[in-house]
Amino acid sequence: MKGLPPVLITATVLVAGFALCAVQFPNIASTRVVGNLLTDNAFLGIVATGMTFVIISGGIDLSVGSVIGFTTVFVALAIERWGVPPLVAFVAILALSAAFGAAMGTVIHVFDLPPFIVTLAGMFLARGASFLLSTESVPIAAPVYSTISDFALRMPGGGRLTAIAIIMLVIVVGGALLLHLTRFGANVYALGGSRATASLMGVAVGKMTIKIYMLSSLLAGIAGIVFSFYTSAGYSLSAVGVELDGIAAAVIGGTLLTGGQGSVIGTFLGVLIQGLIQTYINFDGTLSSWWTKIATGVLLFAFIALQQGLVALARRPVAKSMGVAS
Amino acid sequence: MTALLPRRGLAQILALIVILAADRMVSPQFFDLRLQDGRLFGSLIDVLNRGTPVALLSLGMVLVIAMRGIDLSVGAVMAISGAIAASLADGHSLPVVLVAALGAGLVCGLWNGFLVAVLGMQPIVATLILMVAGRGVAQLITEGRIVTFSSPDLVWLGNGAILGLPVPVAIALGMLILTGAVVRGSALGLLIEATGGNARASELAGVGTRAMILAVYVWCGICAALAGVIAAADIMGADANNAGLWLELDAILAVVIGGTSLFGGRFSLVLAVLGALIIQTMNTGILLSGYPPEFNLLVKAVVVLAVLLLQSPKLSGLAGIAARLRRAKA
Repeated sequence: MKGLPPVLITATVLVAGFALCAVQFPNIASTRVVGNLLTDNAFLGIVATGMTFVIISGGIDLSVGSVIGFTTVFVALAIERWGVPPLVAFVAILALSAAFGAAMGTVIHVFDLPPFIVTLAGMFLARGASFLLSTESVPIAAPVYSTISDFALRMPGGGRLTAIAIIMLVIVVGGALLLHLTRFGANVYALGGSRATASLMGVAVGKMTIKIYMLSSLLAGIAGIVFSFYTSAGYSLSAVGVELDGIAAAVIGGTLLTGGQGSVIGTFLGVLIQGLIQTYINFDGTLSSWWTKIATGVLLFAFIALQQGLVALARRPVAKSMGVAS
Repeated sequence: MTALLPRRGLAQILALIVILAADRMVSPQFFDLRLQDGRLFGSLIDVLNRGTPVALLSLGMVLVIAMRGIDLSVGAVMAISGAIAASLADGHSLPVVLVAALGAGLVCGLWNGFLVAVLGMQPIVATLILMVAGRGVAQLITEGRIVTFSSPDLVWLGNGAILGLPVPVAIALGMLILTGAVVRGSALGLLIEATGGNARASELAGVGTRAMILAVYVWCGICAALAGVIAAADIMGADANNAGLWLELDAILAVVIGGTSLFGGRFSLVLAVLGALIIQTMNTGILLSGYPPEFNLLVKAVVVLAVLLLQSPKLSGLAGIAARLRRAKA
């Protein structure tokens, strides 16, 4: 229940923001715009879900953007140049991504190194590897791709719920269930609360760390496949900086960067808020895209300051009672 | 203590020598220097010149990291100060341009320091805010365009020469000496190391932790702003999108290669700058060897991993391995 208030605030901000946008541009309040919002941010939603697990466990994963880039290039080359059937290529890249995440988790746990710098190395490695594969954009012409990009559920009002939006929604719901209803999810919170305590309570800290980074990289791989559906191409420079968007979404969604608190739903709302800002800027037409960055920065600050305040409030009574006891 | 110092830098100096030797193999003219129009030219000078921005960043970063912090925003601060310098360059004198650009760096540093020291935010998070928003601010200043200028004073800052050395290199050297004099010439360096080692203990011992954190972030911001001005002067323009992009990572890497632990504590300014030079020597070597520059990232990743493993508390570093070997022999 602890995670509820920040999520409620995020939801309020989203609803209020949407209402404000709709007052100015009535056309925003249509299923078309909402459908596009979900489609355009599908890969971000998937990556941010994985990032939420990592951050709640007290870590961080800077490599996800590079993993997306590598995945798009790998999938494009496998299908177009090496003649691999798409499904096989997907399975191969997902296995590779998971192994990559597991390797990072292993290094973090075994050598007791800060996740920040290990996943930074992972970021260099994955981006460098995708450059090695190809520095050019490789278009994907496989029939599966056109089928999937054309597929969409019609929503009332003419909106299209595309295949990649559906994949994202399924992963968000799945992620939320995994985090909030399973032993795995409880262990993630335990790790973020206190590693030593979790270990004493019988959580296999090493295995959990490896699994968490594996999950994040696996989801980044899925996001990469979704990104290749979205652009119908593989490009080694795609999704540069997405890790920051993912972290920002999680923070705006009420996930504490020190770990131990947060929710997948909050992160999803955070993704939608970022998407809404972008949509507003598109509708306005006169505002430039750099306002997205500034607005995201301001939101980040507001939410972190808010959390800081909440944490300080929560700690105060404890500190007082300790003072009395001593 | 004096006997310890060379041993501390030994790994870095050896690494630099090995990479220099490798560069010499791929490019036989690597060590050639010639004097032309009062300025030295050659691959070595090129390494120094191109390594300047990261070296400047690492000068600020190493102090921040020594205090258990991190500053992700330096790349964005570079973009902001470069944008300010470029838009003021034509029509204002050099001192005005410098004061404005470095002032912006100071304000950015104050902001970061305020979030960390006063609001008590985690450094990664606090500086992430400016990292995301800062580039937007820089684009706001340049109005999304690449601003060019032709002011000879500012161009000299990026391309001129003092006593044969390129101006950027001279500036970086000056900053290294200045920072060293301030930090090591007083007890400040010791207090920084104490705070990084154990903030609570040093606060109880009477160290003004808050003021020091604030000062360190401000210094980091000023160093980043200076790097931004030099980068802009070098290309005679400011590109808010790409100026200093990902250089925060290179700067952190330089500090880590220089042997300063991300967990704070003991630091070395000279070794951090040496770390920046090692990175640049690798980059230049890869360029000279004719391999695609994309190899850079892979090589960097391998170097980061190697350095990390050497620094790992589990392996207790190079010194630990050496000590164990010595014990085994004896």
